[in-house]
Amino acid sequence: MSRVRDRIRSSAEKAGCSTRCAQDVVLAADEACQNVIRHAYGERGGDIEIRVERSGGDLVLWIRDFAPPTDPARVRPRKLEDLRPGGLGTHLMREVMDSVELLRPPSGEGNLLRMTRRIE
Amino acid sequence: MRHEVSRRDGTVILSLRGEVDLEQSPAVRALLLDLLEEQRDLLVDLAGVTYIDSSGVATLVEAYQLSKQHGTAFALVSVSPAVHRVLELARLDRVFTIHQTLEEGLGGGGS
Repeated sequence: MSRVRDRIRSSAEKAGCSTRCAQDVVLAADEACQNVIRHAYGERGGDIEIRVERSGGDLVLWIRDFAPPTDPARVRPRKLEDLRPGGLGTHLMREVMDSVELLRPPSGEGNLLRMTRRIE
Repeated sequence: MRHEVSRRDGTVILSLRGEVDLEQSPAVRALLLDLLEEQRDLLVDLAGVTYIDSSGVATLVEAYQLSKQHGTAFALVSVSPAVHRVLELARLDRVFTIHQTLEEGLGGGGS
């Protein structure tokens, strides 16, 4: 994942993100991939496609997997009061990105996460 | 992920270097659990940690909770701005004791 993070950071910076903004995008991508690895794929493993693009003043981050459809409820963050680690990843994604949407890919297979962040 | 363990004044110091992510956090967790068995005060020096995500944070939370159960102190030292931001986003910056320096941590100074 380290090399993947470096590539995402580089893409985000090329799209105009500051260091801090790029760090946030990297964190969001990392957390999304963790969720895919842990919950969508589990023991099976599988491919994850990541796309970073600029759309006007926003950075758009696409995370695509080919696992069975995820229950949208799993993408909702949980409360942090009791310090449980589970759900923290989703919380972090929502904290650093302006929007987080779970979509069905055009081809129908897998899950597609679309996250946006105002470039600053 | 590289690490070093030292002991001073009865306190165990775990110094980490690198990135604490999904791949590395299991090793960090194993280290922490091993050291916590000594039931001594524990300082985790994060000066060399350049990146942490939720899996890394989870290992720190677990260590914090175990230390509480043991009645021993647990604190983080030399947290970089990037790591501090993740702790802040997780609302843990006010839960963990965080020292600026190792000396402060060993001297028992406040966060």
